[in-house]
Amino acid sequence: MLRFVNLIIGCLLLAACENNAPLNNPYPQNTSVSNTLYSSFSERPKTLDPARSYSSNEYKFIAQIYEPPIQYHYLKRPYTLVPLSSSTMPLVEYLDAQGQLLPSDTPTKSIVQTRYTIEIQKGIQYQPHPAFAPLLTDLNNINVLMDFPEQSTRELTANDYVHQIKRLAHPTLHSPIYSIMGNYIEGLTELRTTLDALKDKTNIDLTQHTLEGAKTVSRYHYQITIKGKYPQFIYWLAMPFFAPMPPEADTFYNQPGMKEKNLTLDWYPIGTGPYYLTENNPNRRMVLQKNPNFHGETYPALSEHSNQALPFIDQVIYVLEKETIPIWNKFLQGYYDASVISSDNFDQAIQMGSTGETELTPIMMEKNIQLKTAVQTSISYMGFNMKDPIVGGYDASHRALRQAISIAIDYEEYIAIFNNGRGISAQGPIPPSIYGHLTGKEGLNKNVYNWENKPVRKHITAAKNLLATAGYPKGINPKTGKPLVLHFDVTGTGPENKARFSWYRKQLQKLNIQLDIRATDYNRFQEKMRKGNAQLFLWGWNADYPDPENFFFLLDGKNGKVAHQGENAANYNSPEFNTLFAAMKNMDNSPKRQAIITQMTTLVQQDAPWVWGYHPKSYTLHHNWLHNIKPNLMANNTLKYQRLDIAQRNQQRKAWNQPMVWPIAFVLLTLVIICVPAWQHYRRKEQQTAL
Amino acid sequence: MTTYILRRIFYAIPILIGVNLLTFTLFFVVNSADDIARMHLGNKHVKQTDIESWKASHGYDKPLLFNQNAAGINSITDTIFYQKSARLFVFDFGRSDLDRNIGQDIQTRMWPSLAIAAPTLLIGLATNITFALLLTFFRATRLDTAGVFLCVVLMSISGLFYIIGGQYLIGKIFQWVPISGYDSGTDALKFIILPVLIGVVSGIGSGARLYRTLFIEELGKDYIRMARAKGISELRVLFRHVLKNAMIPILTGIVVILPMLFMGSLLMESFFAIPGLGSYTIDAINDQDFATVRAMVFLGAVLYIIGLVLTDISYTFADPRVRLS
Repeated sequence: MLRFVNLIIGCLLLAACENNAPLNNPYPQNTSVSNTLYSSFSERPKTLDPARSYSSNEYKFIAQIYEPPIQYHYLKRPYTLVPLSSSTMPLVEYLDAQGQLLPSDTPTKSIVQTRYTIEIQKGIQYQPHPAFAPLLTDLNNINVLMDFPEQSTRELTANDYVHQIKRLAHPTLHSPIYSIMGNYIEGLTELRTTLDALKDKTNIDLTQHTLEGAKTVSRYHYQITIKGKYPQFIYWLAMPFFAPMPPEADTFYNQPGMKEKNLTLDWYPIGTGPYYLTENNPNRRMVLQKNPNFHGETYPALSEHSNQALPFIDQVIYVLEKETIPIWNKFLQGYYDASVISSDNFDQAIQMGSTGETELTPIMMEKNIQLKTAVQTSISYMGFNMKDPIVGGYDASHRALRQAISIAIDYEEYIAIFNNGRGISAQGPIPPSIYGHLTGKEGLNKNVYNWENKPVRKHITAAKNLLATAGYPKGINPKTGKPLVLHFDVTGTGPENKARFSWYRKQLQKLNIQLDIRATDYNRFQEKMRKGNAQLFLWGWNADYPDPENFFFLLDGKNGKVAHQGENAANYNSPEFNTLFAAMKNMDNSPKRQAIITQMTTLVQQDAPWVWGYHPKSYTLHHNWLHNIKPNLMANNTLKYQRLDIAQRNQQRKAWNQPMVWPIAFVLLTLVIICVPAWQHYRRKEQQTAL
Repeated sequence: MTTYILRRIFYAIPILIGVNLLTFTLFFVVNSADDIARMHLGNKHVKQTDIESWKASHGYDKPLLFNQNAAGINSITDTIFYQKSARLFVFDFGRSDLDRNIGQDIQTRMWPSLAIAAPTLLIGLATNITFALLLTFFRATRLDTAGVFLCVVLMSISGLFYIIGGQYLIGKIFQWVPISGYDSGTDALKFIILPVLIGVVSGIGSGARLYRTLFIEELGKDYIRMARAKGISELRVLFRHVLKNAMIPILTGIVVILPMLFMGSLLMESFFAIPGLGSYTIDAINDQDFATVRAMVFLGAVLYIIGLVLTDISYTFADPRVRLS
């Protein structure tokens, strides 16, 4: 038996010494020592087609592969657009009804069209891809893209951008921005109508169709013409929707037999970016490899690494991890280079300092783990349905009711209890770092807070007074003689959600208002919202681009959910606000625009269609061997800026992952101890006589 | 036996139609075609025209079960139910609502599930039977009491605890194997050890107790008394005679799940990041992907029926007295 124990221990030690790799290393040894970044993803991307993709878990990949003409500067704040595949920023020109150029200071109402002329860099090559090689006639031995024997490339041309814009109108692609872009890009809806009329919609050759609003001027120039003036259009040009797509991709993926093998553009992108996808198994892992044809881009100025060639990292391996516990443990073992902090692990990672600020725990500091925080450009709020007879309405009494509720719901407490302090309470719709957001006393919501060197929520008596003004003294509904009952429409079940909903109920109990929780499934909830049957509800918005228009439009009357199927979930429709919004949305940033924004903010603070909720704060941890990490909430193509110190990583991984051998000996010894009396019993039983 | 198998296959057809109808009804009671379209198109900037267009291109623009506007047989065939279900019976699973070939996805994902489930079943079965036979051998001693107590303790612990505890102890503290992950070929071995170990240990409690009961019941029978009277050793009695005669109830539990092995385990695959079929159906339900849901439910029903037939056949091998007619 002892010989067996020695053998087991010997095998383990031998395995541990082999290649000098820890036993628990989840990666092949050759990739562990290479310049490879390891990350995880929890939700498999549905599509990697830039015309269809519109979610953060998909942008995580495609933003590294596809290159729109412009991008956000990695380091500059406020967020600034700079050229990416274009050689300069787009030339913006205003046109009249005859197509004649207008001066840049022309009033918005006189502008009939806006024309964006974009010049792209010469010599940009696509990633190696079989779409650029001669097409194969026999696909029998082809299962994944890497099985194609020949891969080639070609130079990026302006026509590829125009082709992609046409794809937004493709009837079977169902681009999520087709409807909104149809309102702006000249001829997009007409192109869709033409394509819809075709008999075979799956194999449409877009090169045979023209689009009035997107034209190739030369090999390296193209123009986009939009209706009227829409200054925010420039931000759309920084999204993958406007990245180039070679027409060869359509020809390649439309070959018979490709779809049956799941070889589609949804799965296998084709771009010019710093990385290209070499393995796509979203059920296990996704691998991005440095694009050997990547055009020269350097680290932005303002840093010690400026002018160094990008990207720094050769390969990125994303592993599917559905649970937070394995991610966290593997991060602590050094097998992931960075990690977000889930609620389960928050206490292990973060503690409150002596002055109330958050800091890393000693365990994290011992491992030299770094913390990066950033207030997200999003808002999470509770909305009032303004069409509801009780909480809606624009007169003083209804406004007073909403203001009272806004005071009673203590979002500072909510952030502390449910978000581990990760968030800041909102004073209005615009998050920090978006133009128009005012800080300090200037940005205070005076209807809910007092200023005492910082925002301090008004005392509950102020809310009670407002409630009495609203016609509900002490929370009593005069029609029934009983406490006012409000309905809170929510989705989600489970203990955590139950605790949240109970918390909301307690907040309104401060005013003697009874909150009736109406939990339902997601589909029914959405239906209620579309029909305007909800009373109070939770909602949120994540910025598409860093402009106040992208938040104020959530309160624009023309964007009401019930009347116009828009994003204004509260169905707020104030003529004064609508007028101000119409004036503000097309203005360039200026003191005049800021004045209008302030006026709009004050107006909605008074009307209180939302309880303003909070702006979440992201906490990200990374090991000290990962460099150049700077939170950029608008850019998604930030991978190319990150840098690894491989030697340091290997050294620390080895130090942190020494297998323990004694438990094996302990287990075997326990077995021996058990076996001894068992053996004695067996011998006794075998030797005993029948009588 | 051939007649018996053919008859069972014939009986399976109405069962499978019923399963399909039930799945269809349950799915569309909760989700309308509009809901499915919205789920796939996202929430931002989506108009009703986009939803109608998506439904038309994915075949969800037809009536659910009966088309009043169609004539004759078309009133049945020109419906979502028929269009989405008929080809299942020739095992053509079609394309998912995310436009993936479902058949190919199943083929790709079944192997990792099998890589975990098959060794877990085999090692678990061997462990449970051995442990149960030992308990039977030491019955009415302190070792037996301690063993049964251990079984009760093991049965009382939730499956989730085994997974989290196993990952913590063996992956994090002892650092013997990776906490989670998967690889292809022989590289998969180091990732399989921990989930298989957890699967085996978590199954010992219930498995060993059940088998111990079966073995003890056999021990009281005349043929055992006869074997002992002939002077055969106790271990030989147990492993040769008791085990063989207790196989029928064991087979009942085992053979029926054999075809289901590659369907995977949701919890295990989720915590160990195993790219198997375990989460395929759940992901499809969350994505409101009806095409995948109906394919997986159909496949599950077919495999269950196959498992039952195999169980019946296995009886004839375990007990020569059993005849299938």
